[in-house]
Formats: sequence, C-alpha cells, structure tokens
Amino acid sequence: MRRWLVLFILIIILIGLTVWITNMGQIGIFSTFTYGNILHHSKDHLIMVFWAILIAVAVGVPLGTLVTRPGFNKLSPLVLGIANIGQSIPSLAIIALMAIIPISLLIIDFGFNFKTAIIALFIYGLLPILRNSYAGMRNVDPAMVEAAKGMGMTRWQIIRKIELPLARPIIMTGIRISTVVTVGTAELAVLVGGKGLGTITFTGVFAMEPLLILQGAAPTAFLAISLGFILEQIESWMTPRGLKIKSEIS
Amino acid sequence: MVEAWEFVVRRPELLVEWTLAHLHITFVAVGIAIILGVSLGVYITGKGRENIADILLYLAEIAMTIPSLALFGLIILLLGTIWLPTIGFLPAVIALVIYGQLPILRNTYTAIRAVDPAMIEAGRGMGMSETQLLFRVKLPLAIPVIMAGLRNAIVLIIGIATIAAFIGANGLGVPIFRGIRNARMDLIIVGGVSVSILALLVDGLMALVERRITPKGLRIG
Amino acid sequence: MIKLENVTKVYPDGTEAVKDISFEVQKGELCVFLGPSGCGKTTTMKMINRLIPITRGKIYIDGMDNTKIDETELRRNIGYAIQEIGLFTHMTVAQNIETVPALKGWDKAKRRKRAEELLELVRMNPSEFIDKYPNELSGGQRQRVGVARSLGADPPILLMDEPFGAIDPINRVELQSEFLKIQQKIRKTIIFVTHDIYEAIKMGDRIALMKEGRLVQYDTPANLLYRPKDEFVEGFVGADRALKGLQLLRVKDVMTTSPPTIQAKDTLEVVRRRMEHVGIDELPVIESDNSFIGWIRISDLKKGKEIGDVISPLTITLTVNAVLNEALSLMLSSGLKTLPIVDENNKLEGILTFDAIQEELHKAVQTGGS
Repeated sequence: MRRWLVLFILIIILIGLTVWITNMGQIGIFSTFTYGNILHHSKDHLIMVFWAILIAVAVGVPLGTLVTRPGFNKLSPLVLGIANIGQSIPSLAIIALMAIIPISLLIIDFGFNFKTAIIALFIYGLLPILRNSYAGMRNVDPAMVEAAKGMGMTRWQIIRKIELPLARPIIMTGIRISTVVTVGTAELAVLVGGKGLGTITFTGVFAMEPLLILQGAAPTAFLAISLGFILEQIESWMTPRGLKIKSEIS
Repeated sequence: MVEAWEFVVRRPELLVEWTLAHLHITFVAVGIAIILGVSLGVYITGKGRENIADILLYLAEIAMTIPSLALFGLIILLLGTIWLPTIGFLPAVIALVIYGQLPILRNTYTAIRAVDPAMIEAGRGMGMSETQLLFRVKLPLAIPVIMAGLRNAIVLIIGIATIAAFIGANGLGVPIFRGIRNARMDLIIVGGVSVSILALLVDGLMALVERRITPKGLRIG
Repeated sequence: MIKLENVTKVYPDGTEAVKDISFEVQKGELCVFLGPSGCGKTTTMKMINRLIPITRGKIYIDGMDNTKIDETELRRNIGYAIQEIGLFTHMTVAQNIETVPALKGWDKAKRRKRAEELLELVRMNPSEFIDKYPNELSGGQRQRVGVARSLGADPPILLMDEPFGAIDPINRVELQSEFLKIQQKIRKTIIFVTHDIYEAIKMGDRIALMKEGRLVQYDTPANLLYRPKDEFVEGFVGADRALKGLQLLRVKDVMTTSPPTIQAKDTLEVVRRRMEHVGIDELPVIESDNSFIGWIRISDLKKGKEIGDVISPLTITLTVNAVLNEALSLMLSSGLKTLPIVDENNKLEGILTFDAIQEELHKAVQTGGS
C-alpha cells in the first residue's frame, strides 16, 4: 500500500513539473516545447527503447540459455564477463564511442544516426537480460528436468515446456530492469543521432537552462517509472504463487 | 583515432585534470554514500523499524529507475529554491549519493538480516551488548556483501558522474560533451576511452579488495 | 545456588508458557530440564540469564535476585550453549572460545592460554585446532568447541539447551560420556535442557520434569523412574523404565567378586567335582596369574581328557565400570547368561550373572531406587 502511495506522489510531481514548465511558454530567451512536441518525442523515445530491448531479448535470452547447456558451461564466465564489462563502462561512453568506432562501420552506416543509437542501447541493456536468463535457467530444479526426460520429452520440449516457464519470472525481472534503465540511457541517444525526449532535455543542457532540461527529463522519468511499474505488475502476475522471487540477481 | 592520441600528447594536463576531477567527485560521493548507506542500513535492521525499512528501500529502488538527467534537474531545482549553487559539483554529488544508495543500503540491510540467528543468540547469551553484537558479529559477517554493493555503487557513480558534465561538473564527461557539441571526434574518443578504462580499472581493483577483505572463515572451502 | 521462586512467564498475547515454577538447584549439580515440546523448559532456562524477561516470580543466583544485576554482566558470568551451536564463522576456534574473556578484558596471553586449556579439556588437540575456522570442522568438533566456548571465562553456571541435539546419535553418546567426565572434573552448576529421557537419566544429578509450563516432578533419575508421581511421569519415562534404570547401575554394583574358578592345570576330575560341589554348570578357567582363558561347561566334560582340549575360549568380556544395560545387551546378543569381568590386563575380577541383574533391578523397582 505504502509503495503505491510513494509512486503516486512521484508521478504527480513529475507530471506537475512537466505541465508547469510547458505552460510557461517562455523561459528567458528560450521558448518551451509544446505538449505536442513532448508527445511526439515520447513516442520516438519508446520506439527506440522497444527496438533496443527487442534485440536484447532476442540475443540475451537464447545466449543466456545456451550458456547453461552442458556443452557450453565453460563459456559462461567469458560471456558473463563480457556482459559485465559492458555494464561497468559508463553508458555515455558507450553511446559516444559507438558513433565513432569503426566496428559500427561494419554493422550499419557509420556515424550519428538512429541505428547507431539503438545498437548502443542494446549493448547497455543486454547484461540484465543475459544474466537473468542464465540465472533463471540454472535455477530450474534438475529433478524436474530429469522427470521430464524420463517421461520422454525431447530437449526442445523440455526447454519450452519446463525450463523456460519456470525461468520466466526471473527473466522477466531482467527484462524489466533493462527496459527501465534503457529509458534513461535513451535520453542520451539524441547525442548520436537518435530521437526521443533527449531532444528536449539536451536543448536545455546546451542552453544551460535547468527548467528546460526538466521539460525533457521529467517526462522521461515518468516513462521510466510508469513502465517499471507496469512491468512489475506483469512480473508479479507471471510468478506462480509458490515462488517468491526477489528482484535482480546481484 | 590518431587525432585523439595527438590531443593527449599535446595537452596531457587536460586529461589529468579531467581524470582527477572525475575521481574527486566519485570519491566524495562514494564516501558520503557509504557512510549514509551503511548507517541507514544498520539502522533499519532494528526492531520495529520494518516500516521505515520498507519505504527507504523502495525509494532507493525507484531512484535507480529515474534517468540521471531527471534527478540532476530535480536537485538543481530544489537547490535553486534554497539559494545554493545549482551547477556543477554540488547537485552532481547529491544525485550521485542518492544513486549509490540502492546497492549500499540494500546490501547492508540484507546482509545484516541474513546473519545466522544462532550466532546472534549465542552472542547475546554470552553477554554481548547490542553494540558489541553489531561490531563483533553482524558487521564482520556482512562485509562481503556490503563490499559487493560498494563495488556496484562505485562503478555506477563513475558512470553517472560522466553525465554530470552536462550540468557543469568537471570530469571525463567534459571532453565527451564538448566533442559532441563541437564535432570533435578526438575529444569524444579521449573522454570515452579514458572513462571506460577508469571504470574497468576501478571495478577490477574493487574485485581484488573484495577478495582480500572477506574474513577467511567465510570463503567457501 | 540457583533458586526459582514462583517463576511465571506470560506472553503479550496471553500465552502462559511457564506457570509458577519453584525449585532449587544445588551448587555443583547438573540439573536436567526435561519434558515434551512446548513444556516451557527452554523458556525457563532463558529466564535465568534474562534472555527472556520474567513476568512474575524471582530467580536467585547465589542468593542475589537476577534482575538486580546488569543484564550483560550477568550473562558474561553464565556459560551459554545452544543446540545450533552458533559458532562465529568469521572467527577462528581460538577467537570463538576467547569471546567472553575478551569481553571481560583479559589480556591476550591469558586468553590464549585459556583457549588451549579448554581445547584440551574437550579432547581436541590445541595445536591442530586453535587457528581453524568453524567451517573446517565436523559437527562433533563444532559441538565441542561450543562447549569450550561456554566455559571460556570459567563461569560458575552453565546453561545448555539441547547442546548435543544437532549431532548424529553415535557421536552424541560419546559426547555425553565425555561431558560427564568433564563435569566430574570441573563440577559446575549446570542447567541442561533436553527432551530425550535417555539423555536425562544419563546426564542428570536431578531432573525437573515439566509439562505445559508446570513442574511435575523434581527428583533424582532413580526416583523419577521408580517412584513416578503421576500417570504423566509414568508415561513419559516409559513402560520400559526398568530397562532405563539399568543405566544407573554398574557392573561393579552387581557382580560376584570371588567366583569359583578352575585353574588351567586342573584335571577334568577336579572340574567335575567342583561343579557338583557348587552346583553350577559352567566355570571360568584361569591361568596361574589370574588371566582369563575361557569357560568350561558340564557338556564339555564328556568330550576330552585335558582341560586344554575342552575349554571354549571367550572373547566377550566386560569391565567393572560398564553400565548394566550394556551388560544385559551383551548377554542377550551372545546368548550367554554369565559374563566374565576382567581388568585391562585381562585378569579375572569376577563374574556377572543374568540372575544377579534381574534381582538387583527387581529390588530397585520395589524399593524405589536409592
């Protein structure tokens, strides 16, 4: 109960700030963005996050699962190690460097653009999903897998019907965390040619006008918190009553 | 790439200045975050404080989800209303301390609560006061987990401190910021690569410290 | 030394865990708190060192009301050992044992010496174990360290809550016997909580049997067995109480010390005549130096000419200090009704017959033990 209250207060504050600033119309020599702008950029923002997370899930879940398979066990420290490094490096550094490092030349057109931004977001958002997929699959009770094998299920069936469903809550946690973090990181994406609410925020940054910064940052925070909340509910709904999963495996 | 190296060779003092400034902010923020986080963490493990514990932990969790610029913005706003400096060091440090709370606070709380109740009962029964119990039993046992949280926090803070360049703080975010603004690739590379190396070094260092500091009896095997 | 006067414990939700208990434990005695789960035995024990606050009544330790002493000071002078042991995993064995001495401000050398002493006492080689960590020890070893730790500052009183409960049965018996030997040396006043009647009988000088918060009977083990106060006690000690009582008796209490014997050099004729004379069918055979060789039976006489060919040697023997239930068990499993009692050099000290055991038990049950 308390939690909903805290959340509610926070959301009110954020919306309030956005409204207040937008209504100002003018701050110093700068004009504030309109509601239309905000909505438009929010849409772009979410699209970016969506794509980044989609790729992260498409890569992270299978990779995390693969590394739990008997043959590939030895790779796990390597894979997790690389992913961990990806997270230790500051997000801004990743984004900025992405635009420049020749590798991106190979993957997509080099330079500052939308696709670059998404790749950077993907890199940064991969770890939680990868790590939780790994942990989730590893935590499946081997007794269940053995029972399933004994009943005559193929490897694929076991993964699909037993392991994935059981690991789902933990994987979902990872997806949730990654999504929320990516909303925040996406704010920086505008620096390398991405779109989204960062456009507003950085107008404020370059103008050195805190209120303008907030006009972009507050909606972003709102998106992050709301998305986090929605995903948390989904996560809760997904968790079988018998299992009590605490947040991210750290 | 080449230009980046030339830049470092030409103006090494800038790189040094930025790195030191970055470390400066990091250390101050981490220092405050530890003191605050561990103290609060210990405090909320006390009897009858579950309500506060719940709220504080949830707040820290939410703080984590707020994008850094948003938190910076909010703090700047607040500082502005009480006539304190609103750019650079101060708001950055405040925000960083807040971000550092989740790993430190949560890990402290969890670790202390996870101490084997048998040890606590034995300690109390032998005549340890609550303070002695805390410093001789609970904290030593909680150290490994707290260290892990601290490591997380430091890496996190180094990362976000980079972004603080956008609100006027000094540090390795400055060359990145300027590079983007003025389309100077070399600056971007200098900033980006340096801060990445810094982060990885510190992370590695912390990993070593973590291992050294774990009381021998607690290492597995 | 420890006097409980109308001790009562009522919890805030109304549960009465301990109801008006009064009795006194003498100095140097090992008093067992015994009873089924939930009878209040642990609660009562914990009121002695104030881990659980007393609701009504008083507890006097050496004449002084225990609420008048500072809590932590009180506990530092009472040894405390619990079932889960609770060794500090981040400290070495030495540091664990030295915990209370450290709290009391003993200097390093004194503490260390004490730790070594206590490890010797619990039969663990100090040089081997002193710097080990709990996670390097076996269950039995941890338990011993737990006991050593509770003796750290040489407290006059020990509180032990099922200290051997977490140990496997084999080690438990050994630990119990060893602890009894230690207690003989150090003679502390001990409160020992258990739900195991066998442990209670073996360990206790006196037993406080509790049920649902009340004290039912406070008596010696023998009296509890042979003079149960009511049906509950009878039921608790069990219908096999005669057998349980065997634990309280030793071979030396019941054996025949100068039995008729046969020398190895005697002839079969001598054997036959002696058997007729004393009316017994089997006799122990000894060498001239009194060492036991075997048995000769009346059925064997018909077979051979020399003693040497006839006697059936026996490796089943007992010592004078063996407990009677061990003796009976041996008799039943070997099918023998008489056992030789020998010393460590295999010299015959006497014989033990099944009839003697039965007679003694019968007497004990009739007269209510001693």
